[in-house]
Amino acid sequence: MYDLIVIGGGPAGLAGACAAWEAGLRRILIVERDKELGGILNQCIHNGFGLHYFKEELTGPEYAGRFIEMLRDTGVEVRLDTMVLEVTDHRKVHMVGKDTGYRIEEARSILLAMGCRERTRGAIAIPGTRPAGIFTAGAAQRYVNMEGWLPGRRVVILGSGDIGLIMARRMTLEGAKVLACVEVMPYSGGLNRNIVQCLHDYDIPLYLSHTVTDIRGVDRVEQVVVSQVNDRRQPIPGTEMVFDCDTLLLSVGLIPENELTRQAGINIDPRTNGAVVWENMETSLPGVFASGNVAHVHDLVDFVTAESQRAGKAAARYVLEGEGETDFALEIVNGDGVSYTVPQHIRPGRVEKACDLFFRVNRVCGPSRIKVTSNGAQIAAFSRDYLAPGEMEHILLPRKLLDGASGTLTVSIEEVEAK
Amino acid sequence: MKELICIVCPKGCHLQVDEEHDYTVTGNSCPRGAEYGKAELTHPTRVVTSTVRCEGGAYPRCPVKTNGPIPKGEIFAAMALLDDITLTAPVRVGQVVVENVRDTGVDFVATRNM
Repeated sequence: MYDLIVIGGGPAGLAGACAAWEAGLRRILIVERDKELGGILNQCIHNGFGLHYFKEELTGPEYAGRFIEMLRDTGVEVRLDTMVLEVTDHRKVHMVGKDTGYRIEEARSILLAMGCRERTRGAIAIPGTRPAGIFTAGAAQRYVNMEGWLPGRRVVILGSGDIGLIMARRMTLEGAKVLACVEVMPYSGGLNRNIVQCLHDYDIPLYLSHTVTDIRGVDRVEQVVVSQVNDRRQPIPGTEMVFDCDTLLLSVGLIPENELTRQAGINIDPRTNGAVVWENMETSLPGVFASGNVAHVHDLVDFVTAESQRAGKAAARYVLEGEGETDFALEIVNGDGVSYTVPQHIRPGRVEKACDLFFRVNRVCGPSRIKVTSNGAQIAAFSRDYLAPGEMEHILLPRKLLDGASGTLTVSIEEVEAK
Repeated sequence: MKELICIVCPKGCHLQVDEEHDYTVTGNSCPRGAEYGKAELTHPTRVVTSTVRCEGGAYPRCPVKTNGPIPKGEIFAAMALLDDITLTAPVRVGQVVVENVRDTGVDFVATRNM
């Protein structure tokens, strides 16, 4: 019997396991399906990681390396090349590994840290032929950065998520010509800094409110047709542009990988596509926690780390002290301008000093006030100069404010006149 | 007045840089933003990350970075220096791969153990 089984050895799993160890758990197992720890960070060779957590700018492999070193100083057990198949009643984790075969391990607590995967061409239904040369940006990133293959020479990128932007620069540096980055929304889904340092630096045009309307080619991509879209995201006839290219990269969103979560009967929030969680990242199944991209897709690994440390610590508390008391719970309601929040509900009695609340806005906003109301009364407000859906927002709700609230908390955005 | 988005950290502050008044920066939320705003308009620099061939490791490529920013104009020339490099495992994080890249005083270093 383990105290904690962590499913996934990426940044979330590593931070969660380390935090649980520090909080006093001793029988901890990380199950990782790849042949090494570190998850997606291993292929994210660009820099910009760790500014919040380590106060320095690291590359992905360096960031992962730091946590792998930290883990080495603990007694946390790691099983690589092992895939979790199912989580069943009483926290039994079914797994299959090359060396260990089929095993069922029991745990007092579980941390779901499976991360997310990319949406594919099928998920967005692009018309056209089905030639070679269409990759998700992350798959291309792995080919280039880890396996040493250049997937193409003339590239169009659909979607302006961060991985797409990073790959626009990466393919350019490796000698490919990136012809365009095409985004269906009127704003980019990636961080502003990536638009600047990945597109502007290399004169790669970004076509907002455009999408791919045809892919041509028999064996290999030969042309991609891009059209402007109207405000209902429908292509406008007559606006077609044809790009001669051999490769189309897709950076069209990430989906938390929650097959195990669903199978286990855990409640899923359709807005995050992740488990509905409490303030300590506990899911609807007591003793089962979720953190990192499996709970909601993050922009920054630093926040994945911080969230997972909270989850790891909470798992330790659950095992060592048992289920805490719940006097009352607050449900978080998404008000105007807010597309989701994590956590989705808060038990004020279990909040130490303050509760971190993460959310995304559903449109680009200038100077704004983030308002938190309970029963019609405003209990907190925070101002921001700029808000965008591509950049996750975060507020800190002090315990005493939560104690004074009841029923629901509504988070909403109100744009204010510029100073 | 020039408008820039700061790339120093993921926050992406919207900077205004006054070229006529000694590149005074407003809109920044930290001193590094002011530094970036001025440098970006006078002598822009970037950290470059890439990979080199590696034999005997878990993967055929080892990731590398410049251990400091280099002038933007030197990026492609710096990249070309990596073409002829082949490392042999074991490689340690921080190991110098190319010294003094294009006379910038900055080195390419490995960013993972192989």
